[in-house]
Amino acid sequence: MEEIFDLAVIGSGPGGYVAAIRAAQLGLKTVCIEKEKELGGTCLNVGCIPSKSLLHSSELLWKIQNEAMENGLEVGHVKVNFPVMIERKKKVVAGFVKGIDSLFQKNKITRVFGHATLKDPNTISVKSGKDVRAKNILLATGSESIPLPFLPFDEKKILSSTGALALPKPPKKMLIVGAGIIGVELGSVYSRLGSEVIFIEFLDRVCPALDGTLSKQLEKILTKQGMKFHLSHKVIKAQQSEQKITLTIQGGSGESTLDGDAVLVAIGRRPFTKDLGLEALGIIKDAKGFVQIDDSFRTNVKNIFAIGDLVDGPMLAHKASEEGVAVAEFIAGHLPKIEYMAIPNVAYTYPEVAGVGLTEESAKATGLKIKTASFPFKANSRARCTHEEEGLVKIIMHEESKRVLGVHILGAHASELICGPVLAMQLKATVSELADTCYAHPTFSEAIKEAALALTKGAIHI
Amino acid sequence: MKVEIKVPPVGESITEATVASLLKENGAIVKMDEEILELETEKVNQIVYAPAAGALHLSVKVNDVVKIGQVIGNIDTEKAGKEAPTPAAKPAPAKEISTSEFPIRKKEAEYLQDLGKKPSEAPKPQKEMPAEAPPREFPKGDRSERRERLTKLRKVVGDRLMEVKNQTAMLTTFNEVDMSAVIAVRKREQDNFIKRHNVKLGFMSFFAKACVAALQEYPDINGYIDKDEIVYFNYCDIGIAVGTEKGLMVPVLRNCEKMSFSEVELKLKDFADKARKGTISMDDLRGGTFTITNGGVYGSLFSTPILNPPQSGILGMHAIQERPVAINGKVEIRPMMYLALSYDHRIVDGKEAISFLVHIKKNLEDPTRLLLDL
Repeated sequence: MEEIFDLAVIGSGPGGYVAAIRAAQLGLKTVCIEKEKELGGTCLNVGCIPSKSLLHSSELLWKIQNEAMENGLEVGHVKVNFPVMIERKKKVVAGFVKGIDSLFQKNKITRVFGHATLKDPNTISVKSGKDVRAKNILLATGSESIPLPFLPFDEKKILSSTGALALPKPPKKMLIVGAGIIGVELGSVYSRLGSEVIFIEFLDRVCPALDGTLSKQLEKILTKQGMKFHLSHKVIKAQQSEQKITLTIQGGSGESTLDGDAVLVAIGRRPFTKDLGLEALGIIKDAKGFVQIDDSFRTNVKNIFAIGDLVDGPMLAHKASEEGVAVAEFIAGHLPKIEYMAIPNVAYTYPEVAGVGLTEESAKATGLKIKTASFPFKANSRARCTHEEEGLVKIIMHEESKRVLGVHILGAHASELICGPVLAMQLKATVSELADTCYAHPTFSEAIKEAALALTKGAIHI
Repeated sequence: MKVEIKVPPVGESITEATVASLLKENGAIVKMDEEILELETEKVNQIVYAPAAGALHLSVKVNDVVKIGQVIGNIDTEKAGKEAPTPAAKPAPAKEISTSEFPIRKKEAEYLQDLGKKPSEAPKPQKEMPAEAPPREFPKGDRSERRERLTKLRKVVGDRLMEVKNQTAMLTTFNEVDMSAVIAVRKREQDNFIKRHNVKLGFMSFFAKACVAALQEYPDINGYIDKDEIVYFNYCDIGIAVGTEKGLMVPVLRNCEKMSFSEVELKLKDFADKARKGTISMDDLRGGTFTITNGGVYGSLFSTPILNPPQSGILGMHAIQERPVAINGKVEIRPMMYLALSYDHRIVDGKEAISFLVHIKKNLEDPTRLLLDL
């Protein structure tokens, strides 16, 4: 008898593998089809995880070089063994991949390796494999880096984030096109390892997705760390020679050229649907390639769902995971809800940046009456002990209802600190509730309390 | 050679028929005796079969009226050779994305709409000034109006009600029941019942069991139409409609035919507790082959309940009112209840519906009949 699955997931990244596990937990017969040889998708293999490993290694170096002396530690010149750093990264990634593999085994999820192409609403043909038949199909094939049209990736000198995570050694001079989150993170890694890092960014600020106040402060901090920025500039031409790459950039003051040993193009990502078979089934995409879905993640073919980087919304691993869980639950007969306003966004620079909810700019654009307040880490108990005083917590409040509309944090551990505000957004809490909560002392998180107090009863420590 | 396809005789005194549906397309290669099309008459439907194998040529289309003996096409046997596989008609994908009736994604606009309203889940500490909107005042004298967004629940319920109205032939038949026998039994045995079963003997168990007996006697009412077929359930899952704060819910007594009176009452008590706590699950509410609704608790005397799709029958109970009735030529005061049975005339005939209700009436007016399976 032909095996028919309840759910076939195409893609084993944070969207796909999480959806598959949730589906299996709910008793659905699940199969996951992955085109690469390893599970885990972009995040695990060439994204979030490897970059965080390198960020950690390079941050450690930076801290030793910049903070050892003041802490009474006399460390001579620290030698960097880049291949060991890369080996560590590989081990971290391999551990994760093995982890997902065992989770799949534990949950009895069938794994199929091969490129998947939709044949009909219930059949997926797999390259060099058998057809897979399923009642429901979840498309979770993620995204790929967008190249500059005149500068295709060779992953040796013209790099996407994938190549930038697997270089043989730090380049002497690295040009980075795009100062978004991926750009500044990788730029930070190489800057700390000794590369000269120069950014060319089309918009007028660094990390445009973040709140404006934080964007500007981050730019100042990264500049102090040695990185250079050409904001409001665009790359119009590129020339390659044996030794270097020359980019011609254009901005307010005209054209100029920049030379580099390597160019990282981090201008964005686009949905990856090559050979997926969407056209043959008439599945609707928009002009940018995003698969169109209704509010239950269904495409125009009712039993085919799409999530993650394939659909609209922030291109974040945790967003894909939430959506994957929601689709699995929906297929199993539940009615889950995802509060997009409570999905945080993080930049793992040092100090980190994290935000949830509306930025001040988007809050103003809604026309609602808002009040904002911030509290600087230089007045925070813990920050003063560790001398990590850069940054602030900023809270945006709806004046009338006192509801939390957005919280933005620039500072050490921002990525962890944001979880409190995320809960506030999820529970639709008021700023008073944030302020009247007890936070441990001394911690960075007290800055959240103080910023909240500033909007309600009045801050105590400033 | 070309073999003629003629309209076969359909039955006595029928001289013509209508082409109801084409089962094979014009030009299709058919095998001998394969179904080609379906004819419809007032009394019965008839399939027309291919008299030979070959390429089908039809000279009629759907809704054409044809006479018995009329030639409506032919089969070209020369083209019988290889059977061209008729591609299964692929349902064309929708041309655009429609609004989902199950919204999962809650985005900015909806989040901001909620400002000023707090989620009702956890009890909120009363430390701050109430941020609630001031109590709404009924406009005094001005001619303004108030608009409220139709909740998804209301919309879905509304759509389903319209669906029932448009897609079923719903009628209601009435009768009345003298409840004195049931009332007497309850009075006499209430204490014993509570002692033995730890639950009060209500009216619902009598009604549920009377319905089960009647459903077993008139199985059409325990069925439903699924496209071209009628599905008859071999079990009785009786849904009992209850009003709660959240709205109308219909928890289901599964296999009610196997339940005793006490089991029915205990299950109903369980549902009531769950409803109060808000812990009724989807599982409790799923399915059902027949529904009982009781407008009497609110004071309704007489009403036409609406079917609970896709079921074919629903029994409406009403308030028990003492009324003068004629018994053996004399006027007596009896506790009377009007009963209403709404049914889908597409599968339940008038006679059946009426008899069903009479069956229930008899079993309620003399509950010993339930004992004796009469």
